[in-house]
Amino acid sequence: MTPGEASTLRCHQIHSHKVSQMSVRRVMGIESEFGISNPRDSSANPMLLSSQVVNAYGNEVMPNRIRRMRWDYDVESPLRDARGFDMSRAEADPSQLTDDDYGLANLVLPNGARYYVDHAHPEYASPEVTNPLDAALWDCAGDRIIERSARLASTLTGDLITVYKNNTDGKGVSYGTHENYQVLREVAFSDLVKFLTPFFVTRCVFAGAGRVGIGQENIEPGFQISQRADFFEAEVGLETTLRRPIINTRDEPHADPDIYRRLHVIIGDANMSQKINYLKMGTTAIVLSMIEAGFLELDFELYDAVTSMHLVSHDYKFETKQRMRDGSEKSALEIQQHYHQSAVRFLSETKESDEMTLDVVAQWGRILEALDSDPMSLINEVDWITKLSVLNGYRNRDQLLWSDSRLAAIDIQFADLRPDKGLARVLQQKGKMELLFTEEQIAIAVANPPSDTRAYFRGTCVSKYVDQVAAASWDSVILDLGPDVPLKRISTPDALGGTQAASHDLFETSKLAGDLLANLMPEHVLA
Amino acid sequence: MSEREFAKGNSDREQSTDFNPLPTTSSSDLDVTDLLDAIDLVLEENAEEFVKGFVQKGGQ
Repeated sequence: MTPGEASTLRCHQIHSHKVSQMSVRRVMGIESEFGISNPRDSSANPMLLSSQVVNAYGNEVMPNRIRRMRWDYDVESPLRDARGFDMSRAEADPSQLTDDDYGLANLVLPNGARYYVDHAHPEYASPEVTNPLDAALWDCAGDRIIERSARLASTLTGDLITVYKNNTDGKGVSYGTHENYQVLREVAFSDLVKFLTPFFVTRCVFAGAGRVGIGQENIEPGFQISQRADFFEAEVGLETTLRRPIINTRDEPHADPDIYRRLHVIIGDANMSQKINYLKMGTTAIVLSMIEAGFLELDFELYDAVTSMHLVSHDYKFETKQRMRDGSEKSALEIQQHYHQSAVRFLSETKESDEMTLDVVAQWGRILEALDSDPMSLINEVDWITKLSVLNGYRNRDQLLWSDSRLAAIDIQFADLRPDKGLARVLQQKGKMELLFTEEQIAIAVANPPSDTRAYFRGTCVSKYVDQVAAASWDSVILDLGPDVPLKRISTPDALGGTQAASHDLFETSKLAGDLLANLMPEHVLA
Repeated sequence: MSEREFAKGNSDREQSTDFNPLPTTSSSDLDVTDLLDAIDLVLEENAEEFVKGFVQKGGQ
């Protein structure tokens, strides 16, 4: 297909409005790569397992989707190829699909998420949301989707396929949980680096998931706060798989590039704690608000951020201080407290008082205080403290050394997503880890997009016209109206467009995808 | 439940539970014993094999 053949539409009902600068509210999302294995066969090919998992889910929830629903990388990609594969899923024998689709599984889900195989892992990229509570909710929806997928794929293949929400195998390999935040372009990137680095280096004191073993390959027995810290080797950079940087410079805004950048945060751990996931996103959004407003003043910089990142993670007893550029020393908690105190001042000066922002600031302060006075009192809230409590319980009861395999097994099993085998999930069901969401709320987020971003438009297109969605991406939906009609690309350049409020009537009056296009045309056609 | 009600449900829940105030004392032995009892039942039997078999390929 040449570019001229694609009719690009813009949905002008989409209305842009700027998120308040003084709030946890901004466009954000979480993308996670999950650990995957066949415990009965450690030689099983992880790309194949991942593909089986993703496809099993796609076949269940979207049996009539176009044979090879694609991710729209580019308007010029050879989408017409999709014409050759439009036998519906329902017509094919499910056992044929996985091998056939090897490495290609790449779905857009009814909840607006992207679900695909990345490297050798299944990856769930949540739909865009506007606040940290929704970020945690649609991330949790991803956990349920992955867990359901693995169960379906296990049944289909007759093997046991298990999935883990963690970030390392303890043998030298790490895989990411990335956060994305829409940030004003006018902020100098050097300011982001300067102001975010000390925050990111120390954020794990409450956001870390805990890990048994020190060093990328667990060369030293012990416990540390973060799954990811040891895998960071640079301060700033573009890479995500080698020499991982604390500040990642990837810049695909998926929005108006003159106004926004997308900050791609790769230092975080995958959280089982719903509350910590919420606070991780919320506190980071607050720090970004302060940077955008030019409010944040730091009179300190870390002397060696990479080394500090490792040291902070290893120091779960809070015994060390980090060397600063001016020669002074600060503890990780002192650095976090500095950011929190700035946030408190920022709130009082800006008079911004939306409820969620106040809640994040209050809880952040309470947790930092508890970490200072009695960290283990956070046993029901903070992933690494829950995990450490369990590990210490076993160490004391059974006299285990840190090198004991049972402790390493507990670390891995903590992140198993099965409700009956995953330790965090078992503890959550027994009320030992606090929850923010009911299973009913999570189920709604599994099946439905958020109402207040363009994910609503994308997800609703997938639910309503699944047999006509050829491809989609964060900023487009491509519809296939039949063999003699060029593919139609609807552009959704604004993350805050295509909301339920903006497009509900449009969908109500558009029974088929053709109706949707007719109702959008002709005034929205671009060349 | 509509999206609107759903979103409202979240914030209601947030308000009503107010993320329960925490105990100010150290986690009691009882807490940890409860945790261990729950975990004993589901822990993989052959930990060494299980850990050895958990091998991942590179990611981001």
